[in-house]
Amino acid sequence: MKISVASGKGGTGKTLAATSLAASLGKAQLVDCDVEEPNAYLFFPERELLERSECRVTVPVVDEDKCNRCGICSSLCAYHALAVLPQTVLVFPELCHGCGLCVLACPEKAISEDTRSVGEIFKAQSDGTDLIWGELRLSEARTTPLIRAVKEKARGDLIVIDSPPGTSCSMVEAVRGSDFCLLVTEPTPFGLYDLDIALKVLDKMKIPRGILVNKSGVGDKGVYDYAEKRKIPLLMEIPMSRKIAELYSRGIIFVREMPQWRERFIELQKRIEELAA
Amino acid sequence: MKQITVISGKGGTGKTTIVASLAALAKGRAVIADCDVDAPDLHLILHPDVKERRDFLGMRRAFIDRSLCTDCGECQEHCRFAAIHDRAVDPLACEGCVVCQFVCPAGAVAMMDRLSGYAYISDTRFGPLVHAELFPGEEASGKLVAMVREMARDVSERLNLELVLIDGSPGIGCPVIASLTGADLALIVTEPTLSGVHDLDRILGVAKHFGVLSLVCINKYDLNPDAVERIEELCRDRGVEVVGRLPFDTTVVDAMVAGRAVVEMEGPMGDAIKSLWRSVKMRLQT
Repeated sequence: MKISVASGKGGTGKTLAATSLAASLGKAQLVDCDVEEPNAYLFFPERELLERSECRVTVPVVDEDKCNRCGICSSLCAYHALAVLPQTVLVFPELCHGCGLCVLACPEKAISEDTRSVGEIFKAQSDGTDLIWGELRLSEARTTPLIRAVKEKARGDLIVIDSPPGTSCSMVEAVRGSDFCLLVTEPTPFGLYDLDIALKVLDKMKIPRGILVNKSGVGDKGVYDYAEKRKIPLLMEIPMSRKIAELYSRGIIFVREMPQWRERFIELQKRIEELAA
Repeated sequence: MKQITVISGKGGTGKTTIVASLAALAKGRAVIADCDVDAPDLHLILHPDVKERRDFLGMRRAFIDRSLCTDCGECQEHCRFAAIHDRAVDPLACEGCVVCQFVCPAGAVAMMDRLSGYAYISDTRFGPLVHAELFPGEEASGKLVAMVREMARDVSERLNLELVLIDGSPGIGCPVIASLTGADLALIVTEPTLSGVHDLDRILGVAKHFGVLSLVCINKYDLNPDAVERIEELCRDRGVEVVGRLPFDTTVVDAMVAGRAVVEMEGPMGDAIKSLWRSVKMRLQT
C-alpha cells in the first residue's frame, strides 16, 4: 500500500504527519519526494546511511564536426535547450527535458546523449523505518526526474510518501500511483483555498483521499464545512499545541514523546486501508 | 524600479502574511506580484478587483487521432515520460516534447495548444496586483511566474511605481528560480525549526548562485531560542544580514480570517513588520 501525504499550502504539517505515521507504524518505508527541501530524514537522527547514489538525466552532446548548423534541432526543441549559432551549437542542460527529439531529428546524426547529475538519492535505516529521500542540486530547476528516481527506490509493502507543497508538476509526480492521498491542511482561509486546488488535482488523477486538519483550534470553520459539503472524510485532527510545535522545531517526532498519538496513527493507517479498498 | 522577492525554502513560514503587510506599508508605491502560482493566497487578503485577464498557454500536449493511428506503437516506445498508453496520451504526464509526433509514421499525432491558466491585473486597496491561476495539475509554473513578473514590470512602468513586491513559492526549483532571477533583493523568511534552518541553508545557496542579495527574516523567533541561534550563526557564516525578528502572534491567523493584513490590526507582529520594512527599505537604497 502506497500512502502519499500532500497539501497545496506549504508548512501545513505534511512532514509532521508523514514522519509520525511512519514512526508509529514502525515498519514502513518513508519516501521524501520533496527533493527541493527534504526534511523527513532529519527527524530520524539515529539513522544509518545505507546507500547514496546520483540521479542522472540525459543531455545532448553535439559533434561539431558532423554538425552543419542546419538548425533543425533548435527549431524543434520545445524547451529552447539548443541554440544554433553560425559557428557553434549551444546546449542549455538545465532547460533540457531529456526527450531525445534532437537526437532523432538530426539529419547528420551529429547529436548523441551524455548524462549529468541533477541530485542525489539516499537510503537509510532507522529503527525499522526505511528512509529514502532525494536532494536536488542547488540551482537545478526540474524536480520530476529526481522524484521519479526516488520513488523507484521504494519497493516495500507499506510506503509513506512525503510530497512537496504546491499543486503543480512536482506534487503530481510525487502522488502519482498512490493508493491513497492524505491531504494535510490547516483551518485557515489559506489552508482551505490551497486544499481545494490540491483536491482538484487528486480528482483528475482519480486518487482516493482524506483530510488531516493540523493546528486545529485556530482559524475558522471553512475547512470543516468544505469537507462536509464535498463528502471528504476528515481522518484526523492534530490540535494547535505549543508542545507539538516545540518538539517539531527540535526535530523530534511528537508521537515519540506523546505515545497516545502512536495508536491514533496506527488507527489512521487502518482507516486509510479501508477507504482505499 | 526595484524588485524584492520574498521566498523561504520551507513552506508555511509566513511569506504571504509578510508580503500582504509590506504591500500595505508600501501603498501607492509598489506593484504587488503573486508568483506562488500553484497555491496563490495573497488575493485572500488583498481582495482584488480584476481589471484585465490574459490567457496562459502552458506546454502544448500531444493528441492521438485514433482514426489515423495504425497502432504501430512507435510513439509509446519513444516517449520518455511514459505518457502514452493504449493509443492515448495522459495529459498529466505529457511534457509536450513532440517526439511522438515526430516518430509517428501515420501523421496521427497533433500538438494542441492548451489553456493552462490565467494571469490577472487587478486593483487592490494597496495598489495594483498582478496574480495568476494555474489550473490544477498543470506544469510550466515557472513560465507562468515569468509572465506574471513581466506584466508586473509593465504595470510599474506604466504607473511609474518604484517597486515590484513579489510573493514567491516554497522550494528551490523552477518557480522559485523564475521568481528570483534578476531581482534586486531576496527577503528570505525562515522559522526557528530544524527544517527551517536546513531549508534556509539551501535557499541561501540558490540566491547566491543567481547573484541576488539576500536578507533574512526570522518568523516566530520566540518558538525555539537554540534554533534562532543556529540561524544567526548560519547567516554570519554566509555574510547575510538578519533584518527582522517577528514574534509568534495569534493576530496573524485573526488577520487572515478577517481578510486583512497584519499591520492593519493592533499587535506586536504588526509593529515588528513595520520595523522590518524600515530595514529592508534602507538596504534597498544602498
